[in-house]
Amino acid sequence: MPVWTWFGWRKGRATTPWPDRPGPDGQDGVLGLPRLDAARCLVAENGCTDCAAACPAAAITVRDGGVRLDYARCVGCQLCTEVCPAGAFRVSHDWAFAVRDKADLLNPGRAAAPQPAGESADAAALAAEIKAFGRSLHIRHVDAGSCNGCESELQALLNPFYNLHRLGIFFTPSPRFADLLLVTGPVTAAMHDPLLRTYEAMPQPRWVMATGTCATGGGSNGGGYACHQGLDGILPVDVWLPGCPPNPAALIEALLLLLRRRAQRVHGGVYEHA
Amino acid sequence: MRHCDTIRLTPTELPAAADSLLSALGDTPSAHGRMQMAYVCRCAEGGLDVIYVLSQGANQAYKAWRVRPDDGTLPSLANKLPLLGWYEREMADLYGLRFDGHPEPHPLVLHEGMPRDPAPLVAGFDVQSTPQDFAALPLIVPQVLGPDIQRLPFGPVRADIVESAQFLFFYIGEGILHYHPRLFYKHRAMESRFEGQTLRAGAVLAERISGIDSVAHALAYAQAVEAAMGWRAPPRARYLRVILAELERLYNHLHYLGHLAKTTTLKVGEAQGHLLEERVKQINGKLTGSRFLRGLITPGGLRRDLDISGLDKALDVIADDIDSYLLRLENTRSHLDRLMTTGILARQVAFDQGATGPIERASDLDRDLRRDHPYANYEKVRFSVPVQQAGDAHARSLVRMEEIRESLAIVRQTIGRVKPGDVLRFDVMEDPDPQGEGLGWVEATRGGLLYAVHLSADRTRLSRVKIKDPSFSNWRVFPFTVEDSNMMDYAINEASFGLSIAGADR
Repeated sequence: MPVWTWFGWRKGRATTPWPDRPGPDGQDGVLGLPRLDAARCLVAENGCTDCAAACPAAAITVRDGGVRLDYARCVGCQLCTEVCPAGAFRVSHDWAFAVRDKADLLNPGRAAAPQPAGESADAAALAAEIKAFGRSLHIRHVDAGSCNGCESELQALLNPFYNLHRLGIFFTPSPRFADLLLVTGPVTAAMHDPLLRTYEAMPQPRWVMATGTCATGGGSNGGGYACHQGLDGILPVDVWLPGCPPNPAALIEALLLLLRRRAQRVHGGVYEHA
Repeated sequence: MRHCDTIRLTPTELPAAADSLLSALGDTPSAHGRMQMAYVCRCAEGGLDVIYVLSQGANQAYKAWRVRPDDGTLPSLANKLPLLGWYEREMADLYGLRFDGHPEPHPLVLHEGMPRDPAPLVAGFDVQSTPQDFAALPLIVPQVLGPDIQRLPFGPVRADIVESAQFLFFYIGEGILHYHPRLFYKHRAMESRFEGQTLRAGAVLAERISGIDSVAHALAYAQAVEAAMGWRAPPRARYLRVILAELERLYNHLHYLGHLAKTTTLKVGEAQGHLLEERVKQINGKLTGSRFLRGLITPGGLRRDLDISGLDKALDVIADDIDSYLLRLENTRSHLDRLMTTGILARQVAFDQGATGPIERASDLDRDLRRDHPYANYEKVRFSVPVQQAGDAHARSLVRMEEIRESLAIVRQTIGRVKPGDVLRFDVMEDPDPQGEGLGWVEATRGGLLYAVHLSADRTRLSRVKIKDPSFSNWRVFPFTVEDSNMMDYAINEASFGLSIAGADR
């Protein structure tokens, strides 16, 4: 009969040293959300709106003679990058899209001028609260109508490669022990009340993370008789992470952003490279 | 409908048609030929039609009965063909149809208390609207009365990182008397979201029905559209589709084994299974840009070509580790003890209730769409279909273990056969379907997956898409293995089924 302990020990260390020390984040080749270079857009010249017509999630809108890209609704399907005749939309590996203010997910197109981060008084208060927990965090996850893609990547956080526990972050079954409510899905009609009741069962102070494009803006799955458009207006959200689904490294970056152990990369809908 | 011979029936002819289907089966459950799904379709003149889709034997075309309800009413067939029970309740909830004589005429997709007057899809689907507030009412379940019987509602928010659903147990001590899974907390009206979308956007939606079955859903959808349009994807695309489908099966089955090991408290077995899954997902990411292999399959072929030159080597590295992992699992007594004789699913029940995929193959029903109704390029690949007889959790895990080995072999064979060439072509190879309707099917990780697609009159957009996800029928089957079992085995039994909730709820 196999001795599993011996087998596991012999396999050696599978965990990446990332993000604390240099090492693989596990996302080689993984595409992120498309990049918008509004200066190339032809809408003002010839009225081309191919991108908006192709977008199945209504993330791209044409307004005042320019295109706007709302990353809160973007499902990363890459169709806009295929139809744009001018290369204004391009594929990217930008996946660490977590932001504290949802407005930072809107790329307003032509008028885009990256807004440097300025921490508001509220954010400073939040930072003090987070500090109260030292460096540890307990999470209660609620699936409010996902496709199971987000859950698959959340479960991956516990596999030996990412080994989330080493970062002092744990999932907990009871909302009573949770600091963070991590929500996936657009919030279905049937999950609306169970979601609110889970939030109410959490002790204060408590935080909320909208995880995946369904939760940040509904994406392709929001609206209609069965679904809301994500967490907006349902719960107070502290971190918004679009992505369809966000990969495990993006989830880790988002959790560390909440804990102030990582800086926000996206401002005014523009991704800044480290 | 292309690939599906349709006949029109009147409501009064329906029960006799069901009887003749049953008598054709004879006394022993045939491994072939049974009801697959039923759905509502708005016809051109505005009324509602109900379409029943049946499979026949291997390599025979599917069959459909198309019936116009009489004043919104049809005779229920749930007593003759049990697996229709949920389909009829779904149509009653969403379209307000009535099924006379239904044995369980209760809400299903719309929970008790949800607004149902008028039924949400009678007037069509409006994505701009939002759900109405409602006060939930108690679930309608059979009364289970007795002095020592306890009632445990578990969920919809449950421990661990899991999908939302509620499981209701009636039990005495350790013994489960009655078990009722309440699903559809995740009902998202996904089928309705296809309506009015372009054919290309439909593939993006299909990938988001059940995220861990993205390839299977996109492929079944694309094949249904291709059938309706008379397209045929080029050979290179068809081979690459086989590779994508098998990579999906591979990471799903490895996840399944890791999760199963978790329920038998085999900690290192759990960690190793999930690590192997992660390694396949990383291979997927490098190969396609998506850990879920999304963004490639589209009607007509693939959206872009793939460079598979490094895939062989990447799989070689992982194949030995997979092999030694499977061998260890198969030889761990503490693990096998918990699986053997747990959650036995009888062959007859598996057939009647519509069990599919590894679940039915573990209960001695030898069916696999890749072999029986080949699609993509499966007819050019050699593989065997593992079948087990015991019908218990052990048999279900053995089937999946063997399928892992087969998947690796299929990918390797296919890599050797792919020739350079186009991957996307919209040439009409055969006459398009006159009604603009097509049926597509895939043997997904969890079983038979069907897409029925109805195109708009100008054939540029979708007017109706019906999805039969394998978990929709496997969830119906599962409770039969829970009743009369015990609480300690429940988690193991559930893990051995490997069910998806997102796919069933849509």
